[in-house]
Amino acid sequence: MARGRILLNRQVRDMTLQADGNLLLDNGNPLMESPQWLAPVTGTVYGAALNHCSLVESLAGAFEDAPYKAAPQAPVLFIKTSNTQIGHGAPIPFPAGVDRIQAGGALGIVIGKTARKVSAEQALAYVTAYTVVNEVSQPEDSFYRPAVKAKCRDGFCPIGPWLIDARRVDPHTLVVETYVNGTLRETNRCADLVRSVPQLIADISSFMTLEPGDLLIAGTPLRSVDLQAGDTVTIAIDGIGRLENPVIAEEAAR
Amino acid sequence: MKHARIRYQGQTHNVLVNEDHSVTVNGQRLSADDVTWLPPAQGTVFALGLNYADHAAELAFKAPTEPLVFLKSPSTLTGHQQVSVRPDNVAYMHYECELVVIIGKTARHVSREHAMDYVAGYSVCNDYAVRDFLENYYRPNLRVKNRDTLTPIGPWWVDKADVADPANLTLRTWVNGKLTQQGNTRDMVFDIPFLIEYLSSFMTLSPGDMIATGTPEGLADVVPGDEVVVEVEGVGRLVNRIVSETEYENLRGR
Repeated sequence: MARGRILLNRQVRDMTLQADGNLLLDNGNPLMESPQWLAPVTGTVYGAALNHCSLVESLAGAFEDAPYKAAPQAPVLFIKTSNTQIGHGAPIPFPAGVDRIQAGGALGIVIGKTARKVSAEQALAYVTAYTVVNEVSQPEDSFYRPAVKAKCRDGFCPIGPWLIDARRVDPHTLVVETYVNGTLRETNRCADLVRSVPQLIADISSFMTLEPGDLLIAGTPLRSVDLQAGDTVTIAIDGIGRLENPVIAEEAAR
Repeated sequence: MKHARIRYQGQTHNVLVNEDHSVTVNGQRLSADDVTWLPPAQGTVFALGLNYADHAAELAFKAPTEPLVFLKSPSTLTGHQQVSVRPDNVAYMHYECELVVIIGKTARHVSREHAMDYVAGYSVCNDYAVRDFLENYYRPNLRVKNRDTLTPIGPWWVDKADVADPANLTLRTWVNGKLTQQGNTRDMVFDIPFLIEYLSSFMTLSPGDMIATGTPEGLADVVPGDEVVVEVEGVGRLVNRIVSETEYENLRGR
């Protein structure tokens, strides 16, 4: 069963997707029209940068040089602020005055109970669900300073459409596909994560508490997919969902 | 007026703070010592690095040409009269006394001339850092700046109208009663109107968002048992105590 959040008659409603494909509202009523999807989580959204082999391998030669001077030890984390979070179908604004933006197809890991100093062996017990994330960003030519301007623009973090119960999912075997206007442009595998999902939870929770409803973005690969205004971008993870969003020039999105 | 969030008998309340720092809950007057002080606002927390030229020099950096912005999540925030944990086996953990701007209305593409119209008021934070964990990736990274309990904020926020000139406020830190840090907000590299213009040029700010505006020179190591007081003139005096990991676990277990 999948759980989602939608906007219906200006009200935020919870809904479920039944095994037969029907949508049910939180009061049990059927929903036959296509809903306006909201991001299915309400907590803090954390991302793990430099957590995909393809990206790390491309940078490995630079790690010993300035400004880095050493390879990263702890997870390299960022935050996708609430203004970035949008649902399935909502437009991603292409900012005025910006040259390039890129898709960032990734697995979303939803925390189900307070996780603090959790071991990797126990970590998956703290995951309630998985979802699909498009961690949109401007290209990053440096990882030295926090990437707030590159990553925290309005609408730069589509999430959804829904949450899939963690019990049915093996996060190590998932494949993330990115399509632009229906054409497959990128494929990446969770097996290629530098830190696996449980290891990531263990390392993060060693110094800060993850709360129910928080979302971890498992790690985007070396970015290769540029987006243009007018495109439709789809991130698909088999068994989790297809997250599709149009890209619209910022002026038109306002 | 002073606005606070407190917990009393298991309930969270938004309250006004009286002249003697008592608060009134359900008609009952409670002294400052009878309530648990929570972070006074809820929203995205921005923080500035190297935003005082003297402090940048202290850290052997030249002041940046663009604001060095990083983000914090709710997990690191704590309130007045709470404890902050110094990790075992670290060499240098220091306080940072900062003026915090509280955003009062939705801000997008705001010019510096109009920026102050979007400010609801001001608060105080102590933006602790554990320098042992600095790495040159998204520096300052979350493991340095977003650890549980390491961002006390409060005790309250004060209305903008109650602060005549936010660009001329003395900041002071005392450790165990000894003055260790002193500066003035006039020495900010990027002032409040600039920061609001800058952030709102690429993302939407919302009511309750907080901007911790950086710290002047005068850093020093703090150890378990230290009482650390940070004060911004005319805004507030924020008290907290450093504990060891062991003491913190004992406090939590009670």
